[in-house]
Amino acid sequence: MSPSFLPLRIVIVCCVALAIAALAAFGDQTVLRFASRVAIMGLAAVAVDVVLGYAGLVSLGHAAFFGLGAYVTGALALLGYHEGLVVWPVAIGTATLAALIIGALALRTTGVYFIMITLAFAQMFYYGANAVPGLGGADGFRLPARSTLAGFSLDNPRTFFLLCAFVLIAVLLFARRASFASFGYSLQAARDDAVRSAASGIRNYWLRLAAFTISGAIAGLAGVLSANLTLYIAPSSVLSWHLSAELLVMVILGMAGTLYGAIVGAAIFLALVEIISHYTDFWAMYVGIAVIARVLLLRDGLLVTLRKLVTP
Amino acid sequence: MSIAFLAEQSFNALQLGLMLFLMAVGVTLAFGTMRLINLAHGSFFMLAAYFYAWVIAQTDSGIISFIGALAGLAVLAVLIERIIIRPLYLRDHLEQVLATFGLILVFNDLVMMVWGRDPVYVPLPDILSGHVMLGDIAYPAYRLVITAVAIIIGIAIWYLITRTRTGGLIRASADNRAVVQALGANVDRLGGAVFALVAVLAGIAGIMTAPLIAVTSGMGDSVLIQSLVVVIIGGLGSISGALVGALLVAFVDVFGRTYLPFLLGNTTGFALANMAIYLLMAATLVWRPFGIFGKPR
Repeated sequence: MSPSFLPLRIVIVCCVALAIAALAAFGDQTVLRFASRVAIMGLAAVAVDVVLGYAGLVSLGHAAFFGLGAYVTGALALLGYHEGLVVWPVAIGTATLAALIIGALALRTTGVYFIMITLAFAQMFYYGANAVPGLGGADGFRLPARSTLAGFSLDNPRTFFLLCAFVLIAVLLFARRASFASFGYSLQAARDDAVRSAASGIRNYWLRLAAFTISGAIAGLAGVLSANLTLYIAPSSVLSWHLSAELLVMVILGMAGTLYGAIVGAAIFLALVEIISHYTDFWAMYVGIAVIARVLLLRDGLLVTLRKLVTP
Repeated sequence: MSIAFLAEQSFNALQLGLMLFLMAVGVTLAFGTMRLINLAHGSFFMLAAYFYAWVIAQTDSGIISFIGALAGLAVLAVLIERIIIRPLYLRDHLEQVLATFGLILVFNDLVMMVWGRDPVYVPLPDILSGHVMLGDIAYPAYRLVITAVAIIIGIAIWYLITRTRTGGLIRASADNRAVVQALGANVDRLGGAVFALVAVLAGIAGIMTAPLIAVTSGMGDSVLIQSLVVVIIGGLGSISGALVGALLVAFVDVFGRTYLPFLLGNTTGFALANMAIYLLMAATLVWRPFGIFGKPR
């Protein structure tokens, strides 16, 4: 980004900080819940953008990592473990391990194979969760309580929203930083020309596997937060392949390959669903129409189109 | 566990495998000829079942309903191909995934708007509702007939692809679209025809499966994903791969559900049986990343 954008960036950062502070200070229960949801889905969309935007891989299986994060949190809560400093690393670790194994298999292929394989593996966890005893099967289950963090309660919706916003921003900064480091540039080189990057000493497979695993960890973290927000987990809500596809939709609604675009996309998507479902039960149909329209008519995504309008 | 029981389960697996083949061959052909990944393939499976249920409620004739539902589906498929799919042939796979996912959302809600949220039950044709004695097992006549129909269609597809001029063009454009176009064939029209053909194949599978399960919104989703697993195992673009993959998946699924709960106890057994075909897929991928008959792309 050119230096002339610097003032604009400072303005945007200030606006975001103000918006978060205003939400935390004045938002009521419903608003805070929605804002937390945007932050959590934004986090998951950032995870998808790490592999989509930088590694150029279309993963249709991120619901697996999101769902594992949520399910492990829920299962441990049922067993009576509520301390986030213990539960969350275990949950995120499980999602990370799953991403490592699935990635190791799926990344031996590319393109359409990669899409189908990630989708199929996610579906394996979906059907597995349907049959695990004690976790409610297809009906899902309720968490007895929200996690605590180092003994502090997260029951206050303001505290919880601030935590979600903090986590999102921390992950965003970390991922942006990594994207401008050697790691990010090598990843993009492998995306743009796999043969040349391999010739210049980049080990494409291991690099992509690292990105995919980090992405799985971020999605798992989003799942952990989601379980704590809704306090209800079912295969159809956290492991469904529709969730994986919706995350992709969020990323391309904003702008792939920028990370913050994914968050904007998540906000637009969730707002759209919220508004439409106010008027009709068949909101999914209108979302579908919007997605088709986006692909066929608006080839660049909303942010790029906006930027083109602003800067002729 | 008698021999008769084993035979009955084998017939069930064969029948499931052939249904999966009708679906998977469509996924494979759409990718092979047009480089298209079509998630809405499962929607054709569902729509055909709804169309069939609706026409049979009006006319009470199985034959008319069968032909009518497939004709309606073919018209719809041609329209979708012209308006939505054709601009996507040369785009990347992400946009194909998203647009066809959008189609799934639209169709799943549309059928609920038109036919309601409750499952629709499709009656078995009267003459096929009995049982046939195969040795000493009484096997449902209906399942036997749909198995036979699927075999006939499978042979017809094989003939079309390997023995006719159209099939030659389909195979040629899978290898090199631009050259086939340069030689004077209308590749766009060919793509439209293939799209309608695979929609009808999915539709046949949907109609034939409908009396065995309830017709519901979203019934195509799980079938779609199973047929993707078939294609991953068999190899994308390969028709023999689709057949081998479909039979493998069906046998592992049916026998996994039958025997795993016996072997491992109910809880572990059921969980593992649910995941069996995906574990089969993982094992295949370790061995051949692009499927048994697949080529790297």
